[in-house]
Amino acid sequence: MKAWNPNIRVQRDAFDLNEETRRLVEGRGDIGATVAFTGWCRDEDERLAALELEHYPGMADAEIARIANEAAERWPLQGLTIIHRTGRIAPGEPIVLVLTASAHRQAAFEAASFLMDYLKTRAPFWKKEHAADGTEGDWVAAKETDDSAAGRWR
Amino acid sequence: MKVRYFAWVRERVGHAEEDIDVPADVESVADLIGWLSKRDEGYAAAFAEPTVIRAAIDQEHVEHDAALGNGREIAFFPPMTGG
Repeated sequence: MKAWNPNIRVQRDAFDLNEETRRLVEGRGDIGATVAFTGWCRDEDERLAALELEHYPGMADAEIARIANEAAERWPLQGLTIIHRTGRIAPGEPIVLVLTASAHRQAAFEAASFLMDYLKTRAPFWKKEHAADGTEGDWVAAKETDDSAAGRWR
Repeated sequence: MKVRYFAWVRERVGHAEEDIDVPADVESVADLIGWLSKRDEGYAAAFAEPTVIRAAIDQEHVEHDAALGNGREIAFFPPMTGG
């Protein structure tokens, strides 16, 4: 039975890793390891002006919570923060943060990797490209490699 | 039943959501996809390749052989590209 609740947020605003880490570990003597994964928007060789993230309100939070609970059952975690942004995001800006906390490093490393693989394939978000030349962008296509990455945890 | 569409499925269908009366002989997700795809060319384009379409009933992922049952909301969307 875990005595903590994951901090899961779907939001338009950017986030600050130091602030989120402080919020997770402050005042706690039982955390020996934190691992942070941040996903950033790239410009794809300066082809993109921005990405626009669409999401399924309600299911996005619910699915991330389901993934978080599965991680908490599989690894002895002491805390977890997952933030996924929505709306228009420019190259160089963060898109997603997975921050795990545990007594020892292996759980934190593995859970962070598991969470990202599952977020990529199960959390209902979709990226639309906005081209630098102003033309109508395409929807990013899901990658086989993401499915196979998620498959290794089964 | 409320039906919601996302990303390019939404763009091809032409709207984000609608309420429908599900015909009695439409029992599974696959049946509903077939029924919707006959409505007009926007729906036909959206559901042209059913294998690419993902579905969720009451905000939980389901496979196409899942029964609609008394689900209140079903959503159709492309494979997810978040993260």
